[in-house]
Amino acid sequence: MAESPKISLRGVHKSFGPKHVLSGIDLDVGRGESVVIIGGSGTGKSVMLKCILGILSPDQGKIAIDGVESVGAGSAERDRFMRKFGMLFQSAALFDSLRVWENVAFGLIQGKGMARAEAREIALKKLAQVGLTTEVAELRPAELSGGMQKRVGLARAIATDPEIIFFDEPTTGLDPIMADVINDLIVSSVKDLGATALSITHDIASARKIADRIAMIHDGRIIWDGPVAQLDDSGNPYVDQFINGRADGPIKMQVLRP
Amino acid sequence: MIVLNLLAHIGRLFLGFLGASGRLAIFAGRAVSHVFRPPFFPLITLQQMISIGYFSLPVVGLTTLFTGMALALQIFEGTARFNAEGAVAQVVAIGMARELAPVLGGLMVAGRVGAAMAAEIGTMRVTEQIDALTTLSTNPFKYLIAPRLIAGTLMLPFLVLVGDIIGIFGGFVISVNLLHFNAATYVKNTVDFLENVDIISGLVKAGVFGFIVTLMGCYHGFRSRGGAEGVGAATTNAVVTASILILTANLIITRLFFSN
Ligand SMILES: Nc1ncnc2c1ncn2[C@@H]1O[C@H](COP(=O)(O)OP(=O)(O)O)[C@@H](O)[C@H]1O
Ligand SMILES: [Mg+2]
Repeated sequence: MAESPKISLRGVHKSFGPKHVLSGIDLDVGRGESVVIIGGSGTGKSVMLKCILGILSPDQGKIAIDGVESVGAGSAERDRFMRKFGMLFQSAALFDSLRVWENVAFGLIQGKGMARAEAREIALKKLAQVGLTTEVAELRPAELSGGMQKRVGLARAIATDPEIIFFDEPTTGLDPIMADVINDLIVSSVKDLGATALSITHDIASARKIADRIAMIHDGRIIWDGPVAQLDDSGNPYVDQFINGRADGPIKMQVLRP
Repeated sequence: MIVLNLLAHIGRLFLGFLGASGRLAIFAGRAVSHVFRPPFFPLITLQQMISIGYFSLPVVGLTTLFTGMALALQIFEGTARFNAEGAVAQVVAIGMARELAPVLGGLMVAGRVGAAMAAEIGTMRVTEQIDALTTLSTNPFKYLIAPRLIAGTLMLPFLVLVGDIIGIFGGFVISVNLLHFNAATYVKNTVDFLENVDIISGLVKAGVFGFIVTLMGCYHGFRSRGGAEGVGAATTNAVVTASILILTANLIITRLFFSN
């Protein structure tokens, strides 16, 4: 029997009222693979991640983690899934009542019951990996710039050494050099920890660097899916328009032209 | 036609009310079930107890002090009409312990604590911090809501007990200094007259009100949507619904205690 994929989505639908966001997503992510989702703003990339995480429940379709169905799972089962996951939110979603290091150590202390001193050591190490110092570790999230918050969110996502890591726009809001540091970190998290990664980005350079495979989402479906080496000759006009950043093409932006 | 429209409107309102009550009941049941199931968060519960109990002392103390004073004046004036001015001590004591300390304390805490809770949890909701808790294997019901419900239910009786004492003291100050009552007689009248049930019924009310205030703060915060505006609405709703529920529960509990 073939090994079941780490993450598998089949016909996932999600609407908010009359608005159809996902209309039949099919996607497989293999063990140790790094898949990047690209697509325009508001096409449902974050919603798709939240469906996989179980924060949103899809209206239709199947989502399996390690071959185990997760839609409609009970709370004990959901708990087991969550222990495999690490998530960087697009908005960072740091706990503003806690210090930076306490944010990073949160999953270790509350989720895994580790002692605070030990968890703090690990948190400081993870913060150093994203280029943040011990002084920063003592600050509150509100005292950080957006890019720094993003890096704290990243450190928090990888702190528990999860099996599956979700990165929602990890490099948005960072300068190009820091973006590359973060790309390297994502690559090494996946390679060194043997983690599986599912990332979202608009940053094509970042996508080329961190992806084994790229999938493009448009109109609620995956319209192209292939190895990163084939990105430039995908033969798909949507992908071509997106990676070259052209205003003209099959993807129509809803804007009023002057 | 107009009548039909009106009926349809009333029907929709009624269905909306039923739906909202059902959602609240489900939320309350879920929240309470997490109060009794581990893991527990004693440190966070303690923090909440301090923030609800200790930091509400000034507002509850001032409210009950002035109310006790005004009550003494009113009762003196009112009862003078049938030559019963001597009853001031007794009426102040029973009024504060049974009704005014719990109800006013509950309403003040609803304004102070319920609003702050709805704003804090609502902000956490709209900035995805509650989703982040879930992804870090921490149940928001256990981490955020259960500690607040426990703290509210335990601390409001404490605040009301303090309020009873301060309110009765306020009445005493006015009666002795302004109305020239004999201090020793006033104290003796108060102590002789008050029964356990007067105090206990007030504390039971306080426990229920503390639960209501924290439940409404958490419920509206948890359900808030759509940024700053949504959080603002959650804050208002938390205070308004808590106040109405407090006044309703007050009537019901009073009836249960004193309906021989
Ligand atoms: N909780 C929600 N309630 C209603 N609509 C939502 C919600 N979350 C996302 N949406 C809508 O779904 C669409 C896709 O959102 P999102 O997944 O965040 O886009 P993106 O691809 O940029 O990450 C947007 O139009 C957004 O307005
Ligand atoms: Mg997004």
